[in-house]
Amino acid sequence: MAERRYTKDHEWIELNGSVGTVGITNYAQEQLGDVVFVELPASGKKLTKGGEAAVVESVKAASEVYSPVAGEVVETNGAIAKDPSLVNREAETNGWFIKVKLADIKEFQALMDSASYQKFVEGLH
Amino acid sequence: MGSTAADTHTDLRKTPLHALHVELGARMVPFAGYDMPVQYPTGILTEHNQTRAQAGLFDVSHMGQARLWGEGADKALEKLVPGNLTGLAEGKIRYTMFTNERGGVMDDLTIGRAKDHLSIVVNAACKDADYEHMQRNLPKGLRLEILDRALIALQGPFAAKALARMSPDVDRMSFMSFAPMNIAGFDVGVARCGYTGEDGFEISVHNDDADEFARLLLAEPEVKPIGLGARDSLRLEAGLCLYGHDLDTETTPAEGDLGWTIAKRRREEGGFPGDKIILKQLAEGPKRIRVGIKPEGRAPARENTVILDVAGKEIGKITSGGFGPTVNGPVAMGYVTRENAAIGTPLGLVVRGSTLAAKVAPLPFAPHRYKK
Repeated sequence: MAERRYTKDHEWIELNGSVGTVGITNYAQEQLGDVVFVELPASGKKLTKGGEAAVVESVKAASEVYSPVAGEVVETNGAIAKDPSLVNREAETNGWFIKVKLADIKEFQALMDSASYQKFVEGLH
Repeated sequence: MGSTAADTHTDLRKTPLHALHVELGARMVPFAGYDMPVQYPTGILTEHNQTRAQAGLFDVSHMGQARLWGEGADKALEKLVPGNLTGLAEGKIRYTMFTNERGGVMDDLTIGRAKDHLSIVVNAACKDADYEHMQRNLPKGLRLEILDRALIALQGPFAAKALARMSPDVDRMSFMSFAPMNIAGFDVGVARCGYTGEDGFEISVHNDDADEFARLLLAEPEVKPIGLGARDSLRLEAGLCLYGHDLDTETTPAEGDLGWTIAKRRREEGGFPGDKIILKQLAEGPKRIRVGIKPEGRAPARENTVILDVAGKEIGKITSGGFGPTVNGPVAMGYVTRENAAIGTPLGLVVRGSTLAAKVAPLPFAPHRYKK
């Protein structure tokens, strides 16, 4: 099974070879509430680690989705642009945002694993 | 992901329904110094749609309720607001605003005439300043009584049906009227008005009764609890101003397109703060005016978004903007120059560095469905 890592900004990234699929966590979508709009980057866009990768808007507010790693956008999820509520319903599966070709795989390995992220989220309450 | 920082809830005031909100699983946020429910577990979209389709219960106890007692209270209060109060019939309510010497709006409020006093409801964030303003500027012979009571709004096409089950009298009330009543054994003040564009009521309840009374209303099959999030999207679709956003001390009622609240006699006589400035603007047209704005794509344009004319020149800013669930798309209000205020005028909205196409749109976005 492909490995998954998490950020303190509540993004997840799943690595397949040198390409990472990025989305927001279930915790993040719960905090946002009903997602009504997403803005995705163009394919080929270069992303920096921690830089803005996409925008997600709920009824209340707009928030940024940050890239967990540096790299290049190779694919975006048109399904969430068409139906933003997919981000609420399937945040950690079909509600992914972008696929990124990693510049440096070590950046992935340095992120939190599932257990560490769970602990991190529990600490927020 | 950004902007999910937790707020600290210390030193916040609680309404008499606070425990009920928590029990119902609300997400509580600080608002105007109170710990208030922004949404319940169903979420803002569902709550918004519930209110448009059925009925919603809103805790608006943070708002200020007061009474003005004394001979000539109407005439005296007219010195602070441009609304026609001497012409206000008993049992009727009027929407107006406190203006300052520059014609700017210090707060918007409703005033109702009871048999022997005026009943005043003001915004939570402004209430202390409003009370001080009245106490300082009204004649000594009048007495301002500040009520410490809960205020519960019941809004939606089935609000009257639900409330009439407990008190058949409410169904006969016309919009913008109010009356003291006894509902299910509780002494309440019922006003047929609201902030959603729907038919509905705002019910003033003694603090000690509020929890029990709210639970009675929530037991009606049409009624669900609604948070501040949906309250905001509902009022935005209804084209209603939010003080501190769409109106402020630097914005006049004429600029706010609220000329309809200023009756002929008040226009002829003046006699309220900033009257010369406001009346001149009403006669000649203000330089800038509040309009509805419909972005053409799917991206919402939020408060403070810069508005451009067709030539790309900045002509104003969005003051309220977001997603309208009933419209099923982005909606906004903002101020533009008078030359760009006609319905259908193309505008540009600067969102994250890009210019999005938009048009001046008629308000409200969702038709008002008030009881005639």
